[in-house]
Order: sequence, then C-alpha cells, then structure tokens
Amino acid sequence: MEYKKKDLTGTKNLSAEEILFILETAKKLKEINSREIKKVPALKGKTIATVFFEASTRTKNSFEVAAKRLSADTISVTSSYSSTLKGETLLDTVHNIRSMKTDIFIIRHPLSGAAKFVADNIDTPVINAGDGTNEHPTQALLDILTIQEHKINLKGLNVAIIGDIDHSRVAKSDIWAMNKLGMNIKIFGPSTMIPANIEPFECSLASSISDAIRDADVIMMLRIQLERQSKLLLPSLREYANFFGLNNKNLSYAKKDAIIMHPGPINRGVELNSDVADSPQSVILNQVESGVAVRMAILYLLGIQKRRNK
Amino acid sequence: MKLALKNCLIINHNESFEANILIEDEKIKDITNEDINGDNVIDCHNKAVLPGIIDMHVHFRDPGFEYKEDIISGSRAAVAGGITTCLPMANTYPVNDNAGMTRYMVERNRKLGLVDLLPIGSITKKMEGKELVEMGDMLKAGAIAFSDDGLPVGNSEVMRRAMEYAKGFGSFIISHSEDRELSQGGMINEGEISTITGLSGIPSASEDIGVARDILLSKLTKSHIHICHVSSKVALKIIKMAKKERVNVSCEVTPHHFSFTEESLLDYNTNYKMNPPLRSTEDQEMLICGMKDGTIDVIATDHAPHHTDEKHIEFGNAAFGIIGLQTLIPLSLKLVKDNKIDLNDFVRLTSYNPSKILKLDDRGSIEKGKLADIIVIDKDKEYIFDDTINQSKSCNNPLYKTTLKGCALYTIKKGRLVYKFPDILI
Repeated sequence: MEYKKKDLTGTKNLSAEEILFILETAKKLKEINSREIKKVPALKGKTIATVFFEASTRTKNSFEVAAKRLSADTISVTSSYSSTLKGETLLDTVHNIRSMKTDIFIIRHPLSGAAKFVADNIDTPVINAGDGTNEHPTQALLDILTIQEHKINLKGLNVAIIGDIDHSRVAKSDIWAMNKLGMNIKIFGPSTMIPANIEPFECSLASSISDAIRDADVIMMLRIQLERQSKLLLPSLREYANFFGLNNKNLSYAKKDAIIMHPGPINRGVELNSDVADSPQSVILNQVESGVAVRMAILYLLGIQKRRNK
Repeated sequence: MKLALKNCLIINHNESFEANILIEDEKIKDITNEDINGDNVIDCHNKAVLPGIIDMHVHFRDPGFEYKEDIISGSRAAVAGGITTCLPMANTYPVNDNAGMTRYMVERNRKLGLVDLLPIGSITKKMEGKELVEMGDMLKAGAIAFSDDGLPVGNSEVMRRAMEYAKGFGSFIISHSEDRELSQGGMINEGEISTITGLSGIPSASEDIGVARDILLSKLTKSHIHICHVSSKVALKIIKMAKKERVNVSCEVTPHHFSFTEESLLDYNTNYKMNPPLRSTEDQEMLICGMKDGTIDVIATDHAPHHTDEKHIEFGNAAFGIIGLQTLIPLSLKLVKDNKIDLNDFVRLTSYNPSKILKLDDRGSIEKGKLADIIVIDKDKEYIFDDTINQSKSCNNPLYKTTLKGCALYTIKKGRLVYKFPDILI
C-alpha cells in the first residue's frame, strides 16, 4: 500500500486503510527514536516549512523533531494572526516560502478550512497541524497509535471524549478517525460546548460524566482553553471541575484497565485531577512520544511521494 | 420611433397569449393580432415575452467600492439579466443617508439610462442604528424605500419610529431581519454541515427572531414591512401567519436560496458564503412552496459583487455574498422546467408584485399604455457564463465558468432595445 493523497488535511477524508497504513509506518519508524544516534537519511535534502499562525510549542516541536530525525532541514515561520489586521495574505505567505524551494508545508491556522485552502492552491504537500475548530489529524493519529500500544484490538473499544467538543479540532479528528476504525464513541461536556447537531459524529451523547465513563476502555479529556472561553459557555472553572473533570472517584466507573488520555497541556485540577493525571493509567506522555513517530510517518510518506513524482 | 415585436408569446402574471406588440417611444402603443410595422421589427419566433424584471435588492457599490461594481457596470449586468428596474442598497461609502447621495446615484444612472435606478436609502445615519435619516428629502431626491441592509437596526424603538416615519411619507422599510448577537461570528448555517466542516454556525433562529420582531412592529405601527431574502422555513411560516392576520408584510427570496443548500459548503467554496446562509434542503423546498403559494412575493437577486481578493482567501475571512443579476433567469427557469413554478408565477414574482409593492403603476405587466420595459426570453439557449457573458466587474458566483441554460435574448428599456444576447447595444 502507499499513501496517494497529496496532503493530510484531516481524518474526515481518510479511509480506515489509509489511517492504519500511516500507523503501521509510524510503528516501524518509532524505533529510530530509541537509537543511540536518532537519525536516518530518509528525507535528506528535503526542506520542511512549519507555518504557524497560532501559538504552539508541543505540536511545532514534535513536527520539527520528526523532520530532523529523518534528516530533513526545517524552517519555521511564526506569525501572529489577526483577521482585522491587513497584512500579507495567507496564500502570499506560503507562495513566498515555496519560492525558497521548500518541499512540505506544515500549517496551523485559527480559521477552519485554512489548511485545505492552502493545499488546494499550492503544488507541494500540506500537513494540517490544526485549522480553527475543524481538524488536527496528526493528533488523532497519535492518539490512536497510543491506544494501539495499550489495547489488543481497536474495533469495539469504548472511548469517552469529554470537554469542549464544539471548539476542539482534536475531538473532531478523533471522532472521524475512530468511527472509521469501529470504535464506540461517547461524548460529554457542558451543553454549551456540544455542537447543536451531532448526528454526523455518529456517536452517543452521555448525560453525566459517570455515564460517559461507564465501561470505557479509553478516556480522553480535552483541554479547556481558558483563553478562549467566554463566561457564556462556562460560568466557572470550579463548576467545570465538579461536573466535567476526571478524578479518582468517577474513574471507578471505567473499566479497570482504562487508559487516560489528554492532548495537553493539562489544566491540573480543572479537567484532570493530579491523582489521575499522574496515575499508572495515564498515557499522556506516551501520546507525546507517539506524536513524533506519527509525524515522522506522515512526513516520510509525503516526502518519498514527492521524490517519486520528480 | 416605432419598434414592432412580432409573434410574441406574451406572459403576464395572470395570462399567456400570442400577439404582436407595437412600441412607440417609451410606451406600449398596441397589442394586437393584426400585422404591425415599425422602424425596427423583431421577430420573436413565439418566444416568451415578459415584462422587464424589477430587482428590489442589488448592491452597486457606487460610490465607494467601485473596484467591485459601479452604477454603469451594475446596470449593464442588470439588462443582460433581463432586469430593467433596480433598487440599489444604501451600504455604499459614504452611506446613502442623505438626499445629496441619492441624487448622485440617480443622476449618474440617468446619463446612461439602461435601467431605472430607484435607490434605497439607509434607515439610520451611517447605518449606525441610532438617528433616522431625512426620509422626506431623500424620497424627493428619488429614493423609494429605506433599509439598513446587512446592519439591521437592533434597537426596536428605532425600528418602530422608522416604520412610522416612513409610512407618513407613503414609503416603507425593507428589512434584513436578523438578531446579530445570536448570529455573530457565524459563517454558514448552523446544522450538520457546520458540525462537519468546523465552520461556525448561524442558527436559523437568528433570522426567525428578526422576522418575528419586524412583523410585530409592522403590526404595531400599521405600516408595510418588506422582509429581505428569506432563507429559513420558520421565518417563512411566521410571515405566512402574519399575512393570514392581515399584517402588511411582503417578502423576497433570492435565486441562490431557492437553488442551493448548505451541502455546497462541504468544500469550503467561498462563493457559497452569503448572509443569510444557504440552509437545509427542507428550507429550500419550503421556499419553493412559498413562491408558488404566494407567501413569497418577490424574487430579488441580492446581487453582491466582491473582488477576487475578497473571495479567494480563507473561508473565515472571505466576504459574504454573490453576484446574481445574470443568473436570476437561468436559475428561475430551472424551477419552471422542474414544474415547481410556471412562467406566470415568474412574472408575478419578478415584476407584477414588485410593481405593486413599489407602487410603480406604469410597469409590471405587458399592457397597452404601460412602459415598454420588455424582455424576450430564450428558455433553451445554452452558454458558458464566462467573461464574454458576465457584465459585472466581479465574478463571485459559484456558476461562473459553468454552462447555464436560458437567458434574456432581448431587453427593451422604455422602448429602446438595450441588449441583444450577449451584447449591450448602448
């Protein structure tokens, strides 16, 4: 099998086979990260550009480490973004960078659809590192890789995704991908943070955190984006922690071997109590580790594809 | 000057018949089955001959945004689309909120004279929703009605007084009804498609609330309110109820709302981004029913030109609206072909009803003594809607560069042949 799409803009448009193929590739490449010399020449001579219009440390570093482990050169453009500021357009920015003969773009942007827009208008591969409230596909892939490493079969696993579903591109990418792999998803969060129409998610909506967690194999807690939330969606963090946070007590509703996930960074005492965040069931740091492997995989698959096209 | 149209299939809102039309100067001199002659004779080959379209909702961007459109390019696109009377909205720069500005528009149009331009003044100064404009002065200068289109008046007291004041001068308010707080930040209809695309939603309720409020104020003030571009089935239901209760309300629908649905947005195509947004298939079906059953009075284009630089960008940053003057006929004819409406309905919606609403007794049907605003339609003509056809300065329409069927073959304005597909003759 090969990955034939030019870009990775989301999991929505990926098939189950494509998802599993990227994950298989990631598993093969993961071993490189444990070597004494953590570098292979797979993408030597390639230049990878990270273009971030939104703050990020984790995702950006993860992509850059992944690129470097494959011997690619990286350049990085960080730009503060404001819709009211008249500046260079997004397309002009990427076309300028492309003129430096870069090979792959990694783009994060606060507007939904922005990565696809760039992908449709440029001749090199584009990887979506998060677009508005739409998708964050590499996060979903690394989540699933982490689950694979802890569970025997993906099919039939019960997954609870809890938090601000409406504004979470992580939740969206997870939902689209996990559905394709036959996992059972339950979502939960304050009603103001659940989209008005959840039918396309093909998942069930829990009525309480204990209902959400009951018999879960995987519990995914989403980050409450303190900077984004208005008081209309959420009266207080205190109340959020009481009704929507995960702690040792409500964790008991889950299966005994349930794993706890979080895309990070964690707000301790809000969505996750420290007792569960640091418990043996927490795989949060494994997720970060898987992140590098998954990003190596997609860079590799898009990078060699380009080489073949030449 | 005499112009003879022979072998016409004349379509009015209430009748269809074959006859010859004799036009002398600006008016229809005779409609007869006798043989007629003129200085210029057009054989219509039994093609449908309709009253010129009255478009109650256009944006000509003049003055202020002439890089998108101006009164000249806008009126060229209008006659190419079979439209002979246009009501341009007030959201120009500066805003059309005084008689001087209205006079500028009317004068600029008079020089070319392709269409009748009846400007819509703003309701409030600078469209800020606070102080009323000098409606009397503006009506005298040529304005016909008042609207803060796109920036609806939020304050119900201001809206009430505007309705009352306009009524005193025999005019009325045209309302883009929307609760802007409920819709703020939204880009497309709130529903399954907004969930799938991650594009923030505009709930139908924001339109429904606006329509309900404006109808209640119309009832309170016993004045006529015209609701712009209805897109939601609930808003339509509210209007239907109000009409039953004899509230003086009329409303319009745009060709894009009866032709497309939110499904088109799965691809993030900014040429489907408009406000109100494209809604569900069910909404669309109800709109078409409303056109047939009389709940909807008017088809208006909401022709909204934008430069490519304002459309070929990230979806969230792209401007709302599409051009529509030259797609009104092909999109409406599609409904005719699908037996959803007939040509008489089309005339009722595009010229007869608008003439009644606007009290323009000299037009709205093909009748002896009326203005010779006449279009000849070719239902079957297929053509690519590209730069050779498009007369607008802008091309923000999802049908641009696609094949369309049906067009205005001839447009006659006040007895003058001004358009013969695909050329402006003046």
